[in-house]
Amino acid sequence: MTSKVYIYKRVVQSKLFIDAHYSEAIDLDNIADEAYFSKFHFIRLFKSIYGKTPHQYLISVRVEQSKLLLQKGLTVTQSCTEVGFESLTSFTALFKKYVRLSPSEYQRIYLAREEQIRTAPLEFIPACFASQYGWN
Amino acid sequence: MNHVSIFVLDQDSAYDFYVNKLGFTVHTDAPMGPGMRWLTVCPPEQPELEISLMAIADGMLFKDGAAEKMRDLVKKGTFGFGVFECNDLQATYEELKAKGVVFHKPPTKEFYGYEALFADDSGNWFSLGQKK
Repeated sequence: MTSKVYIYKRVVQSKLFIDAHYSEAIDLDNIADEAYFSKFHFIRLFKSIYGKTPHQYLISVRVEQSKLLLQKGLTVTQSCTEVGFESLTSFTALFKKYVRLSPSEYQRIYLAREEQIRTAPLEFIPACFASQYGWN
Repeated sequence: MNHVSIFVLDQDSAYDFYVNKLGFTVHTDAPMGPGMRWLTVCPPEQPELEISLMAIADGMLFKDGAAEKMRDLVKKGTFGFGVFECNDLQATYEELKAKGVVFHKPPTKEFYGYEALFADDSGNWFSLGQKK
């Protein structure tokens, strides 16, 4: 059990490293080295825990973070660069693959919804909750 | 079920806990006037389940000192709100612990499977299990 916990800690640390450094040019081979695993063993363990290879996980984190930047109103190009994608074309394609919308479509829909929440919040709150708080 | 409420001591702190520590996504964050806010979050794999992080404040819901009593009960860890499931309990435990989440019980084998218990930043506690 102790060695199992040790291995888990190593893989979790690798995942947290990706979470913290996703915007940098991460060398995933280095992560495997630092975790003291063979690359093959590391990828297999990572995938068994998180359902994605480290590379797939890194891409998903970058896409999720780019969504947050688009929500804040950054341009598609700015969001792409800020999260560590080098090519706008590959960013747009990957974003569409994960989110099923282009970055600009996602931003337009998100910002329109935010505006609707601001102007008519009660449309987003079940009436029973709103009445408990005296909002309607 | 598509809505469930959790009473929290501080919505800003709860936002940080549920979003930045547990990794939930914000569904709706609507200011509702001075000191009032409708804040719901979703587990990443259950976007249809809105968890409303409800402030405990004097008003229509809590009258005649009920808010203060409720805050005391929440702080004391009186309320267990539910069971979360994850893909890998040991990995999730290690990750949440590294992020500062307080566990009342580490992953432990029970007759129904492995389980851990953790508390949110207010004191509400949850069981954490693993998908079979």
